[in-house]
Parts: sequence; C-alpha cells; structure tokens
Amino acid sequence: MSTVTYAGTPVEVDAEGFLEDPAQWNEQVGEQIAAENGIAELTDRHWMVVNYMRDSYLENGTAPSIRTLGKASGVPIKELYSLFPKGPAKLAAKVAGIPKPRGCI
Amino acid sequence: MSKRILIIGAGTGGTLTANRLRRRYGDRAQITVIDADDRHLYQPGLLFVPFALADPDDIVRSRAKQLRKGINFHIGEVDRVDIEAEEVLLKDGSRFVYDVLVVASGSSLLPEETEGLPEALSQGSAFGFYTLDEAVALREKLKGFDSGHLVMNMVEMPIKCPVAPLEFCFLADWFLHERGVRSEVEITYVTPLDGAFTKPVASRELGDLLKSKDIRLETEFATGQVDGDAGKLISWDEREIPFDLLVSIPVHGGADFVSRSEGLGDELGFVMTDPHTLQSAVAPNIFAIGDATNLPASKAGSATHFEGDTLTANIERFFDGEEPEGTYDGHANCFIETGFHKALLIDFNYEVEPLPGRYPFARVGLPLLRESRLNHMAKLAFQPFYWHALLPGRDVPGIGAQMSMDGKQPTPSNQGESE
Repeated sequence: MSTVTYAGTPVEVDAEGFLEDPAQWNEQVGEQIAAENGIAELTDRHWMVVNYMRDSYLENGTAPSIRTLGKASGVPIKELYSLFPKGPAKLAAKVAGIPKPRGCI
Repeated sequence: MSKRILIIGAGTGGTLTANRLRRRYGDRAQITVIDADDRHLYQPGLLFVPFALADPDDIVRSRAKQLRKGINFHIGEVDRVDIEAEEVLLKDGSRFVYDVLVVASGSSLLPEETEGLPEALSQGSAFGFYTLDEAVALREKLKGFDSGHLVMNMVEMPIKCPVAPLEFCFLADWFLHERGVRSEVEITYVTPLDGAFTKPVASRELGDLLKSKDIRLETEFATGQVDGDAGKLISWDEREIPFDLLVSIPVHGGADFVSRSEGLGDELGFVMTDPHTLQSAVAPNIFAIGDATNLPASKAGSATHFEGDTLTANIERFFDGEEPEGTYDGHANCFIETGFHKALLIDFNYEVEPLPGRYPFARVGLPLLRESRLNHMAKLAFQPFYWHALLPGRDVPGIGAQMSMDGKQPTPSNQGESE
C-alpha cells in the first residue's frame, strides 16, 4: 500500500493502483487516474460506466463483472472495450476508485 | 402448526439441506423438494467422461432416492416465485405455499450469450463437457483427434468449478500422451483472467504446471465471438485464436425462474444472497445455497457442503424468531486432477487464498497445492463420500465448515505485501 496525490487529494492505493478506500475518491481523482491509464478525456459514456460501477460497488460490496456491465450499465460490451481498452471491468473499477474486481474463485 | 419448507432444486445443496432439516425437525416440518427431473448428476464426474475415465451411467442416480424418508419430492418446472404471496408457481399451474423457501436451483449454461457459440456447438466444431450429453459427444470426438490445435476456452467467470478448465487441459495432455499423439497436438488454455487462476499463489503454481506440461496459456482474452466455420475465437478487442477443436465453457447464469421473480436475482439470474448468512436480500424467509447464489465464493460442491451448516442453522433461527448468524466464511476446497494418476488439493475462503501446506491437519493430511498420488486417490474416494455422507448431511470429523489455518503455510503475498 502506498499514498499518491491526485488532484491535490492524497489517496491510499494498492500495488496495482486501485484505491484502498472508495470514500477518498472524487471526480477529479477519477479523471486523473483515467489520464494516467491512457484515457485522455472521460466522456459522458465513460461516466455512465464509472458511476454504475461505483453505485453497484457501494450497494453490493462487489464490483460488477463485464457481463453485468454490458447488461445493466447501458453501455454494450463492444463499446466498453473501446471506452476502456483491454480490461474494461478492471480499468473502470480503477477510475471509479473501487477495489479490483475479484473475479471470484 | 407444522412448518412448510419448500426447496427448489434437488442437486447437492437442495438435497443436503432437505436431509439436514428433516433430521432436525422430523414430522414437525413439512419439507417439499421440487426439481424438473429425477436425475441427480454427480457433476465432478463430468470431467472424466470425455477421456473415458468415467462411465455416464455411474454418475447419475435418482434424486428421490437421495432424500430421507418423509421428504416430499415433486417433479415439475418452476415458473416463478410470488414473494408477496409466499408461494411458488409451477408451469403446470400448481402452487406451493411456503413458510421458508430455499433456492438451490444451481446455475445454467448460457452459450447464447456468446455470438456464434450455439452454432459452433450444433455444427460440431465446438464441444463442451458441462452436460452429460456434451461430455459423451466430446469423448467420441477425442477418440479420433490425432493432430491439430486443441483450445480450452472459459468465456467468463463465474463458472461452476473454476479449476475444471485446468483439469481438462491436464487430463487432455495425459490422454493424448497415452495415445501417442501428444506431439501432434498443441493445447492452449484461453482465459479471461490474468493468469492460470484467480488468486496469486495458486495462479503461479498452476501456471508453472501448465508450462511443465507444454500447455500454452493465453490470458486476458475476453471472448466476444466464436467463428465455427473458420475455426477461430475472436475477442472483444479483436484478437484471434485459431482452433481445430474448441472445448468451451460458456457464460453461466441462474435458473430462468429467478429472473421471472421480481427482486430475487441479479442481472445474471443469481439469487442476491448475504455472503455470510445465506439469507436472500429480497425477503427474510427466502434463503439460497450453492451455485444458485451470487456469493463471491467458488461455485463448487464443497462450498455448497460448507454452506449447509450455516443455512440450516439460520433457517432454525428464523423459525425461532432470531436474527441469522453470519457464519459462512467462503470456505471451499477442490481437488485438481493433473493427470498421470496425480492430483493437487486447494483449500481457501473469502479472505485466504489457496496456500501450500497440508489439509486438514499439519501432521496428518493431504498435501496442499502440490501434485501427489494421494490426492488423486482421495479424489476417487470422494464419489462414494458424496452419495453416502455429503448428501445425507452427515458431519465429518476433522472437516470443519469454517476454513482453518492449521497446516497452511502463509506466504508473503498472503499477508498483504507485494513481492
């Protein structure tokens, strides 16, 4: 665990850069994490996914899978891959300031 | 008044729950179990069918015969649960009223969630082994498979028995080796995960084992499409993997009736369930067990078995007017067949990943996370144990429902530090 500063806010992150405490997140933090991970600008479509991720995590305590995202976030899977290249569920979780999806055993 | 307990599903979870509750309450509870047929499949046996190591007839028994005397067994298809009215409606129009409902309806396979997969399966360019018919068809196909690229693809988590795709690769390696054609066949395991397994220590061990058996590992591959005619897998981000024989483990979801029952399930039809008490989120008198739940635990018989303790205790507490206790810790263990008469064993829970050591005791136990003949023998011995101890709901000395650290060797990564 280490501390980094995003948009003037110090936050605790794990070895892979996921926030340890979702309460330390704000939108500017999300924007900066996105920029660091190759997403220059967060569009409305990005925010739809990020907000869905956060709400879902705060309500259920787990991050949604890619299939759930595709069904429930309002953004189809194909588009998720263009918005958040490579691993949309993982990358969107990072931007949303929630722990890495565990991909339950 | 006698308590009306209704259980949907007479698989591992439904059967052991019914038997435990019957033993607890006798005639003071009226227990009814509903399932669509009378065929109880020993699902761990499916893995062995494609390699002719298990006979299909040996892994199916009557569901009714696994239930204790005094439990009603009803064959029928559930249409939906009316949560307000506390009754279950069947497709034939009949209704079952309950005081407590247990959803134990397992998971269903959803190949239609992947473009082209249903066509590839029906054309015979893709195969599966998660149903008995598919496992038998794959056995016939493998008899004549002498060269080419064998691809094992798990489309997405969660799946039943997350180690099954690895075991399939290990057994395929052994099978092809025995037939003298291993050098003519390339085997690749294609997974959406970032390693051979979900958790770091086991992922590394199993990754090394794949390498030592010359099985290629293709990670972070999110299957978007199967092109059966051209023989290739295509990912959402447009990577392609050609195959001559595809063995696919499709997306899983819950039973259909869960989605038709307002508020019961999540987007995939898994029952929204408290991970520690097994009570559903939708109503205090609805509980769920095993593969039917959305628990972040293994979808495996061992997890279901350990959940049984918590479930029956909490149903009892519900009838006594008490709050449920959150005693389930995500405990599961699995044998991983590695071929050549050997197997590995892993034991873990929500918090503790699979670690090396011994199980269940440090001094006398099966080796954890290490190949051994003893583990393979134990896996074979498990089938009679399943029918005669696990389903009847008997307690087994030394095998606790909660995971124990006794015998485990914690590693640095398990203590939250990176290497």
